[in-house]
Amino acid sequence: MCLGIPGQIVEILDEDIYLAKAEVGGVRRNINIGLVHYDEERIEVGDWVLIHVGFAMSKLDEAEAHTALRALEQIGEEYEQELEELKASQIE
Amino acid sequence: MKYVDEFRDGELARAVAAGIASITDPDRHYKIMEVCGGHTHTIYRHGIKDLLPDQVELVHGPGCPVCVLPMGRVDEGIEIAERPEVIFTCFGDMMRVPGSRGNLLEIKAEGADIRMVYSPLDALRIARENPEREVVFYAIGFETTAPSTALTLQRAKKEGIENFSVFCNHVTIVPPVRALLDSPDLRLDAFIGPGHVSTVIGCRPYEFMSADYDKPCVVAGFEPLDLLQSILMLMRQLEDGRCEVENQYGRVVPWEGNLQALKSMAEVFELRPYFEWRGLGFIAQSALKLSPAYADFDAELRYSTPGVRVADPKACQCGEVLKGVLKPHECRVFGTACTPERPLGALMVSSEGACAAYYNFGRKSFEKVEIGSRK
Repeated sequence: MCLGIPGQIVEILDEDIYLAKAEVGGVRRNINIGLVHYDEERIEVGDWVLIHVGFAMSKLDEAEAHTALRALEQIGEEYEQELEELKASQIE
Repeated sequence: MKYVDEFRDGELARAVAAGIASITDPDRHYKIMEVCGGHTHTIYRHGIKDLLPDQVELVHGPGCPVCVLPMGRVDEGIEIAERPEVIFTCFGDMMRVPGSRGNLLEIKAEGADIRMVYSPLDALRIARENPEREVVFYAIGFETTAPSTALTLQRAKKEGIENFSVFCNHVTIVPPVRALLDSPDLRLDAFIGPGHVSTVIGCRPYEFMSADYDKPCVVAGFEPLDLLQSILMLMRQLEDGRCEVENQYGRVVPWEGNLQALKSMAEVFELRPYFEWRGLGFIAQSALKLSPAYADFDAELRYSTPGVRVADPKACQCGEVLKGVLKPHECRVFGTACTPERPLGALMVSSEGACAAYYNFGRKSFEKVEIGSRK
């Protein structure tokens, strides 16, 4: 649960409840963007974010996202486990 | 340097390691604490220790939320989970944490309705789908995770979901670090600050380390190269006689943190007067509880948890390891009575616990180094 995984926003689903769809490790899941989409801060389709327990924690540039993904892939088992748990997630 | 090829930029890693070696005083012993469990994991997995001079010792800090949870809180979670009306939800990491009479996995096998969730928002969905049941979320984590619980509770309140509550075990990172700095049995020279926690709280909360204790702190990213670079930045500060808070992970961590996250946390939580930490004892204002505005969602009030204190098993030395006084392998039950398959202490359960990381990756390289340094 302590991992942060980069994901790319593919759709803003509902701004009122901060729901967006992100592609993470080859799967698309709903996440909450309330921590990065407020006041002047805006998230758009195509942006990369760091996702932790279903919430976008911060915006990432694309190079940083790929660097972080590579580091996670090296971790192996725990990253796979995190992805499995993410796959089971159905945030509404 | 057998691991160096795994680095994103092996040449740069070698250069940074050489930089650290070039400013290491051969007559000095440096103790640098990495506060975050994620960093501990990276350090072991990538054999960072092998890239450092013998004089530089890395001490593992209290930054694994599963590992610092005292047994009494585990037992109380289990008691709530055993109630027939309850669907108990938690992160997968919690399932095997030993309480005094078993863990959540065992209670689940005996029939309790315990469900692993990826996100607190999944727990809230389960509450929506099961209006006739009581859904409790076992909230753990530092400031990285607390905002997600806060936003989930704000949503539950807005929707008026009454069959949802949170057993709050969120903790804060600064008080235990201050407690370690005040501890007479540990002399630390510098700190590697946690990365993800700092995306929320920013870098300012670490300024007390330099201001009050004259200790440098560098907030670090999670790649092995990030850690090496952070160690170099700390060593430069020590060489120059500076003590500042520096941000190596500026590409992700804003100096001021995430203001929206802090605002939500301030609304939903308040500081507990004190909280027990495994191995560290009671620390003032070191954990969060739900604020009066969210009392209706507080599982502690809903189920009147008694707040019982349960001592760790006598053989278990998690406390000394958490404080950095003992290395994992120096614990009397390490690798014998306590293994990742059958953990006795929490440090062996979580993959970010120092003992599990050491058991899985560290033993060989450490044995070699330890033997070498005892000559």
